[in-house]
Amino acid sequence: MKERLSTILEPYKGRGDRLVPILQMVQEELGYLPDEAMIEIADKTGLPESRIYAVASFYGQFRFTPSGKHKVMVCRGTACHVKGAKRILEETERHLGIKEDETTEDMEYTLETVACIGCCALAPCVMIDDDVEANLTPRKVTEIFEERK
Amino acid sequence: MTFDEIQKQAIEKWDKIRESGQTLVMVGTATCGRSAGALNVVKTFAKEFEEKGIDAHIMEVGCMGPCHAEPLVNIVKPNLPGVCFRNVDEKKASILVDSYIVNDELPSEYALGTIGDRGIGDVPRLEDTPAFKAQVKRVFRNCGLIDPTNIDHYIANEGYSGLAKAIEMKPVDIVEELKKSGLRGRGGGGFPAGRKWEACLFTSNPGERYVVCNADEGDPGAFMDRSVLEGDPHSLLEGMILAGYTVGSKKGYIYVRAEYPLAVERLETAISQAHEKGFLGKNIMGTDFEYEIEIFQGAGAFVCGESTALTLSIEGKRGMPKAAPRPRTTEEGLFDQPTLLNNVKTFASTPMIIKRGAEWFASVGTEKSTGTAVFALTGNVVNCGLIEVPMGISLREIIYDVGGGMTGGSQFKAVQTGGPSGGCLPESLLDTPTDYDSLNDAGSIMGSGGMVVMDENTCMVDVARYFLDFTEKESCGQCVPCRLGTKQMLEILTSITEGKGKPGDIDFLLELGEGIHAGSLCGLGQTAANPVLSTIRYFRDEYEAHIHGKDCPAKVCKALIAYDISPEKCKGCGICLKSCPVDAISGEKKKLHSIDHSKCIKCGVCLEKCPKKFTAVECVSQKQLMEVTE
Repeated sequence: MKERLSTILEPYKGRGDRLVPILQMVQEELGYLPDEAMIEIADKTGLPESRIYAVASFYGQFRFTPSGKHKVMVCRGTACHVKGAKRILEETERHLGIKEDETTEDMEYTLETVACIGCCALAPCVMIDDDVEANLTPRKVTEIFEERK
Repeated sequence: MTFDEIQKQAIEKWDKIRESGQTLVMVGTATCGRSAGALNVVKTFAKEFEEKGIDAHIMEVGCMGPCHAEPLVNIVKPNLPGVCFRNVDEKKASILVDSYIVNDELPSEYALGTIGDRGIGDVPRLEDTPAFKAQVKRVFRNCGLIDPTNIDHYIANEGYSGLAKAIEMKPVDIVEELKKSGLRGRGGGGFPAGRKWEACLFTSNPGERYVVCNADEGDPGAFMDRSVLEGDPHSLLEGMILAGYTVGSKKGYIYVRAEYPLAVERLETAISQAHEKGFLGKNIMGTDFEYEIEIFQGAGAFVCGESTALTLSIEGKRGMPKAAPRPRTTEEGLFDQPTLLNNVKTFASTPMIIKRGAEWFASVGTEKSTGTAVFALTGNVVNCGLIEVPMGISLREIIYDVGGGMTGGSQFKAVQTGGPSGGCLPESLLDTPTDYDSLNDAGSIMGSGGMVVMDENTCMVDVARYFLDFTEKESCGQCVPCRLGTKQMLEILTSITEGKGKPGDIDFLLELGEGIHAGSLCGLGQTAANPVLSTIRYFRDEYEAHIHGKDCPAKVCKALIAYDISPEKCKGCGICLKSCPVDAISGEKKKLHSIDHSKCIKCGVCLEKCPKKFTAVECVSQKQLMEVTE
């Protein structure tokens, strides 16, 4: 990991002002931000570890645990909400057996919610990896996950 | 090369596409189109053309607005107006190739309208259809009509000519023109843009000046800025370069959500193309003006839409708004230097103001809110999508004319504008003009452009709870009124929706709302209570029904509803029984089925599954159910 990190971090020695893009690049490479990476970033940028963690924990994009093979994102935008997103989330949680922000034990799925995917005409919708499942109902959620089994 | 030469070449290239004798197929492949399957439609067209040896050109374009009709395809045959086809999936694409492209038979049932000077047969001009008639496309003028990855298309359509004109003007004259136009900040606040630019131009801070574009579009249910970035990225760049020239800056930042990968890609392409043409970099358009634009990807914090939080985020810090009183961003902004910060649509509006003049801009809209307003119209309305209308048009016209009315003939209940900072307005206020001041007076805000239409199946207490849940999570936690106030409001709202509301809760919510408004440090906190205050103001009866009657009139709040099977209607088909995920339904074949309410998780699958001819499963209030069982 150290090697992979040093390629990314090399150009940013002492560049604390680039912290957010640095964290984004590291997460892109590793899938999440493990402790070792945080220490490494602190080393290179010259910022205290506490500051790295303070910034990383502030922004919703960053995660500190590895994520599953597939990402399921339930949209909780306003349009989705008025069309029943809450039930869609509940059904998805029930099918995967996990709650929001958790990963299934077999590391297949990570369940997240997103403030808005921005395809409100297709509400309510869920994004599974890069595909948008549109105009969902609790029954359609069942069908999607049964098909994927 | 001079700008005139560049423009001449671009126009030649643009005309060539039209005059080549080829059929042009434009497919909207912005995020909304892609979600609906537009990329597969592109593939289908390409395959069909190759297999059948058809001489046609496929162009991927941005979003024209009508998201409900995505994927949208515009087919331009030589010497004919373009025809916009709606909801084109792979099958429809094949049909269109055979019928319209090969045989000249226009399947008018798929057509939305024509783009050009006339209709074809019974297909009217798009501009003459009810959904487009009231619209005035300015910010979106190119979206869906040009290839956003081709700078020549933009230049051929008056692009960069505003900058070319500005660069020969004095900065003060540019500021004057902007002030005269009456352009107000399109991010929602509505601060006069000309005054902001003037303040940055004449700042007392001698430091290096920055221009920052706020493209951190975080309101749930709003995607106007994304559409501009994806469909016409050069319009933003031109506005920012123009701003850089005006206020004397060498560096601009675009703060864009990382959740908008396609927008980022389009911006990157646009920036490198602008460099090639000499609109960015050193000696821009032959002058000694130099300017660079950098993209900064936001990392998912709603509060970073606030200007001071946004600049801190670029500096690599936690995005926590600075406390007032503080110097204006135009005095001390990014890296404590003078900074001009505007929204995407504000910047994108400026080149045309310079090109066509302030009077042209102010020719639509109202006296105090000039120009057009852009909305993401969503919810229970037929024509969901992005619309651009003159400021001052009534909410009613937007919902019933442009929006085509309520879906499935449902009953209008409320319209929400301004996202988590805005409010919900009832039917009696539908004639309110959509401008900054009128919406403020009504208890909502213009906001950045989200507009969600709600019908009778929407519970207003639940909607208020939904927004509070959002702001509570997004509160940066820095100041107590916002951090704890939103939490407490959320707890009260949750208890009301769970049927545990107490008399006095409404007054307590009002009191808390006032306190949060008065005591919070930034706009997020100050406006956090708006969704609650406006729903209490206009839908107090719903709060009372929840608190005193333990009833959710819209049948949304789970704790207050139940599913039941009507003994008169149930034919014992067994469909609901099989579909129940928790085996709460029992009953023999062809005999009455019943729901075990202690097992039922109220997912509603039984109601959805019960055949239409029976409609035996009903959603009733808990109270009703208790009365029945008693």
